[in-house]
Amino acid sequence: MRINLASVLVDDQEKALRFYTEVLGFVKKNDIPLGEHRWLTVVSPQDPDGTELVLEPDGHPAAKPFKEALVADGIPYTSFAVDDVGAEYERLRGLGVRFTQEPVDMGPVTTAVLDDTCGNLLQIAHQADARR
Amino acid sequence: MHNVLRVGDVFKALADPTRRIILDELTDRNGQTLFEICSRLTTKHHLGSSRQAISQHLDVLEAAGLVETRREGRYKFHYINTAPLEPIIERWLRNPEKDAE
Repeated sequence: MRINLASVLVDDQEKALRFYTEVLGFVKKNDIPLGEHRWLTVVSPQDPDGTELVLEPDGHPAAKPFKEALVADGIPYTSFAVDDVGAEYERLRGLGVRFTQEPVDMGPVTTAVLDDTCGNLLQIAHQADARR
Repeated sequence: MHNVLRVGDVFKALADPTRRIILDELTDRNGQTLFEICSRLTTKHHLGSSRQAISQHLDVLEAAGLVETRREGRYKFHYINTAPLEPIIERWLRNPEKDAE
């Protein structure tokens, strides 16, 4: 068994595709019409054959209260690995991204939390030893 | 009378080491989400408290006036408020008769 997909629940697939590609820097992998929605996935350009992130519609009535409760408490829906949280924070802030947590050095890990504009918070993180 | 009760609440709030660490972390950076506070306590201070426990500590701090929460759009941030500590300074540390000596 292996993990080939992970998903985020987004309020608008087209808006999500723009944010996850143009702002975060992922690339589109699959875009297949599927009824009123699309089977829409992105991958990291550093790992194009790696795990795909599904930009999945959040239409289920349980999704919105769940997402809103996480966002209110600042809890990220998922986390992405970056080489340098500080540098990525500066780059994304320059693109107008809203952060609910600026970079914090927490010892073994440095993290920051940003708003994906589609109803989720995302964490970016790097391990302290991975940079050396 | 209200002030007396208030000071009591402040001491009660400060009596707990986890709550003092929360105030330390808010002093390090003011305006944090519950998630950031929990992350800092877990990773920097190795405290195994649950999110619910931290949330209850924040309620105690807020009742004592030491923490204020503000909603900014869809997010809720916690801020330290040191104003309730000032009566303590006035009462013992800034004693006018002692200063006159």
